[in-house]
Amino acid sequence: MTRLVEHFERGLDAPICLTWELTYACNLSCVHCLSSSGRRDPRELSTAEAMAVVDELERMQVFYVNIGGGEPTVRPDFWELVDYATAHRVGVKFSTNGIRISEDVAARLAASDYVDVQISLDGATAEVNDAVRGPGSYATARGAMDRLAAAGFRGFKVSVVCTRSNLDQLDEFKGLTDSYGAQLRLTRLRPAGRGADVWDELHPTPEQQRRLYDWLVEHGDRVLTGDSFFHLAGYGQALPGLNLCGAGRVVCLIDPVGDVYACPFAIHDAFRAGSVRDPGGFTAVWRSSTLFASLREPQSAGACASCGAYDACRGGCMAAKFFTGLPLAGPDPECVRGFGATALSSVDQSRTPRPDGDHSHRTAPAVRRPVPVTIGRRRPHRACDENPLAGAVPTATH
Amino acid sequence: MTAHGAEVGTAAGIDLDRRYALHPQVAMRPEPFGALLYHFGTRRLSFLKDPKLLAVVRALAEQPTARAACAAAGVGADELPRYRIALATLARTQMLREAP
Repeated sequence: MTRLVEHFERGLDAPICLTWELTYACNLSCVHCLSSSGRRDPRELSTAEAMAVVDELERMQVFYVNIGGGEPTVRPDFWELVDYATAHRVGVKFSTNGIRISEDVAARLAASDYVDVQISLDGATAEVNDAVRGPGSYATARGAMDRLAAAGFRGFKVSVVCTRSNLDQLDEFKGLTDSYGAQLRLTRLRPAGRGADVWDELHPTPEQQRRLYDWLVEHGDRVLTGDSFFHLAGYGQALPGLNLCGAGRVVCLIDPVGDVYACPFAIHDAFRAGSVRDPGGFTAVWRSSTLFASLREPQSAGACASCGAYDACRGGCMAAKFFTGLPLAGPDPECVRGFGATALSSVDQSRTPRPDGDHSHRTAPAVRRPVPVTIGRRRPHRACDENPLAGAVPTATH
Repeated sequence: MTAHGAEVGTAAGIDLDRRYALHPQVAMRPEPFGALLYHFGTRRLSFLKDPKLLAVVRALAEQPTARAACAAAGVGADELPRYRIALATLARTQMLREAP
């Protein structure tokens, strides 16, 4: 009998898990934002278009969507879309910084079986959190948690992106979430979006990464990871989860303008499979895009072929390799055997791919130190971008 | 995502001589390997790793007992212990519940 994981590697007729970023608008400017969010994109899907996507997801029997952004709750039709999705048997888990979780909202969320909430928190203390997510963001998140707990919402999620500055707080994060009757979710820092700018200084040290693995082995099923850390399986025992790269096989991303990408960490033309606005909609993109077809083919191990850990780690995260300038057939930049660090040392840092679509606030909060700037021209995405009118219509966000 | 297979563990939690059905909050999606189950209340995802188990689960609601559902799906006597464990796992995780 074919192993289950091989079915997943070949792709399913519909995703198991879909991330849907409803808006690039956000009240915060987190330094590691995967989607470089801040400003709303004027081409954002309308309410009717978003509902049509929900209709498709219902037909495809996608059980639930992970809604994010940006800050999804700032969309004026956010609650309307949540209600529409749950009425059509598409469950919703949404990620928020907590800005709109009032007492009324918390009570309403607590009463729904079909909506789950995930509060983002990147430090167990205000000092550590606010350095990454911005001043006041810790208080906002804790306030939202207080209100959810007071409303009787059990088991909401607290989602932490693991960084060099917070990885020594794992026990504190666990204590904090336990005190709310919530569940801790830990995910990997990816060099995607603005994360590409801070990855060098914020990605965990090898020692922290090893401690994280041991901590995850110890805490097992009680902590969610979104299958983030399968690259750590090279240490030995696999962590709970599917332990494979699900990009284009069992997961994908729909961005606020309806573009479909292989995964939430790969907002770049190289990983864009199509748009829900294309003829055939999301279903056709999922089932027929040439990009997804290629991701469902057997992948080459490349430079990892002779490594004994490859069967466990599967070469790690495609997006992490891509945005650090590493070949996709080869080690992850955080390869537990150290092959990624070696490979990185020969990458020309001025030539690494840049994430597409920067929606950052133009007046971002003050940074702690000068941001390194590369002077130069980006390669145009398409030949027609050389036209002097390119960017004048319909938007100039690229 | 939480995920677990439906073929590990013990047979505790199922009585083959009683009638079961999918929990009303569970959605099932057939797949080439079997099916995916998702429980909207517990937010757990589960995999039915073979088509025959899917046939058993589908037969549960129509048959008077879980044992009869297994027979209707073509589960032989030698395979029954394995399917009993799979059903027990589904019952313990609230994917199935006893039907009146």
